[in-house]
Amino acid sequence: MTQETATAAVIPARGRTSAPREIDVQRVRADFPILERTVHGKPLVYLDNAATTQKPRVVLDAIASYYTSINANVHRGVHELSERATEAYEASRERVRAFFNAASTREIIFTRNATEGINLVAQSFARPLLTAGDEVLISAMEHHSNIVPWQLACAATGARLAVAPIDDRGDVILEELERRLTPRTRLLAITHMSNALGTITPVREIVGMAQAHGVPVLIDASQAAYHMRLDVQALGCDFLVATGHKLYGPTGIGVLYGRESRLEAMPPFLGGGDMIASVSFEGSTWNVLPYKFEAGTPHMAGAVGLHAALDYIDAVGFESIAAHEAQLLAYATQALEEIPGIRLIGTARRKGSILSFVMDGVHPHDIGTIVDREGVAIRTGHHCAQPVMERFGVPATARASLAMYNTREEIDALAAALRKVREVFA
Amino acid sequence: MSELSDLYQEVILDHNRRPRNFHALAGASHTAEGYNPLCGDRLTLYLKLTGETIEEVSFEGAGCAISKASASMMTDALKGRTVAEADALFERFHRMVTTPPDQAVEDMGKLSSLAGVREFPVRVKCASLAWHTLKAAMTSKSRVSTE
Repeated sequence: MTQETATAAVIPARGRTSAPREIDVQRVRADFPILERTVHGKPLVYLDNAATTQKPRVVLDAIASYYTSINANVHRGVHELSERATEAYEASRERVRAFFNAASTREIIFTRNATEGINLVAQSFARPLLTAGDEVLISAMEHHSNIVPWQLACAATGARLAVAPIDDRGDVILEELERRLTPRTRLLAITHMSNALGTITPVREIVGMAQAHGVPVLIDASQAAYHMRLDVQALGCDFLVATGHKLYGPTGIGVLYGRESRLEAMPPFLGGGDMIASVSFEGSTWNVLPYKFEAGTPHMAGAVGLHAALDYIDAVGFESIAAHEAQLLAYATQALEEIPGIRLIGTARRKGSILSFVMDGVHPHDIGTIVDREGVAIRTGHHCAQPVMERFGVPATARASLAMYNTREEIDALAAALRKVREVFA
Repeated sequence: MSELSDLYQEVILDHNRRPRNFHALAGASHTAEGYNPLCGDRLTLYLKLTGETIEEVSFEGAGCAISKASASMMTDALKGRTVAEADALFERFHRMVTTPPDQAVEDMGKLSSLAGVREFPVRVKCASLAWHTLKAAMTSKSRVSTE
């Protein structure tokens, strides 16, 4: 299939400099068709990227091209289309492997999303391992998707969920985390970047701590994966999950990385076609990795779209993206702090481009409605992280989350909309 | 901006700032808890029934301006009514906030200030949370959710 090269939305570095190439935001924006639309008669200002990112045209084209030129079921037919579809699907797996620097494509499992990846590990890795009195350790700032699957595994086995606390800035208290790595700890599951607070956790250090106690680690990279380069071999983790729709790719496709030796030892998660070697009524045998964990017809078009999305990210470049987002985060932090009555929730030492905040006397839901009328899309609520809200003593927050295509002008629009909120509630 | 000013009318902002009947009620005969997980709105409604008459009614909780103002105005409107009258009021209010915005709705006095939520579909639940909690309290269900 024709895979268009992503637009190189960067301007060349001036002279000899090792600084990352600066993003040409207007060129990046031109790659995202939805950014041209208006909302309530105002230009769309999309600041809900932590919920899902928008898609560049190359991703939309890749999906359309898959369906218009090679659609067929994979790993089955001998006919031309099935072979081409299988090639495209497996090419995406190789692209994902390279993106996360896994040692082998056998370690890359396609899932629906990060949530499914965590559930797979909870059911196929943790559950058979856990016995009464064992512990699964998480942090106090996990998304519900990195809490509930472990609760289910614990409930089924009599194991206990242990929680490492966070401080008032939203950083994991490492000494407290280490104290909770006990001889009964069977797994540590922790986010790389908090969706509610923006905190970037020191995962390498944390993995090191866990390994010193012989504890395997799952990293929830749902938020981190579209902001920074992740290298599973350098991280040393046993599992890592990410989701396509936050990587500027389509919904319905996610990735589970698992260390091969771990995956080999695990029983299947879902049963069905494609995951078997042979089936009889007396019993069945499992397919090899990674297929053992991919039951049923997979999301081929999603995989193809994800492939295009990863190409796009790399064409822009993580260094450029990170530099742009860091500048924008600093600008936005200052802009919000200048508005009377606004308090940021989550001021970690190392933060990704997420601003969670509350405003004196105004409920986040009212903030969300008013800024929406100005065309500004932010998230309000508990962000699927109710324990985090409880930790900071707020029922909910408003959250602006930034991506590579956001601009200073959009931050200005957010600030102006927030001043309007103040006016309404004066 | 006219839709916004329809939503955040002065009477609503006033009830949000100074909610009426905003306290626990000792000797309540019926209570219920309402929760909207979408925005975290949470309220407890207290009723003191004498026979079929609502003698006292109050609420506590935290929520957005719409849910707080709606609860505040509702408690004002309920005092002295019978359970059957409260039921009828629930039906009328429910009809008002779920009628499409381009259609006329009956005048419900102060409660009509909440008709502005019709332009904001996701906020209808905020306006109706207190009323669903009232229903639950009267039928002695202990908890209600609008999700």
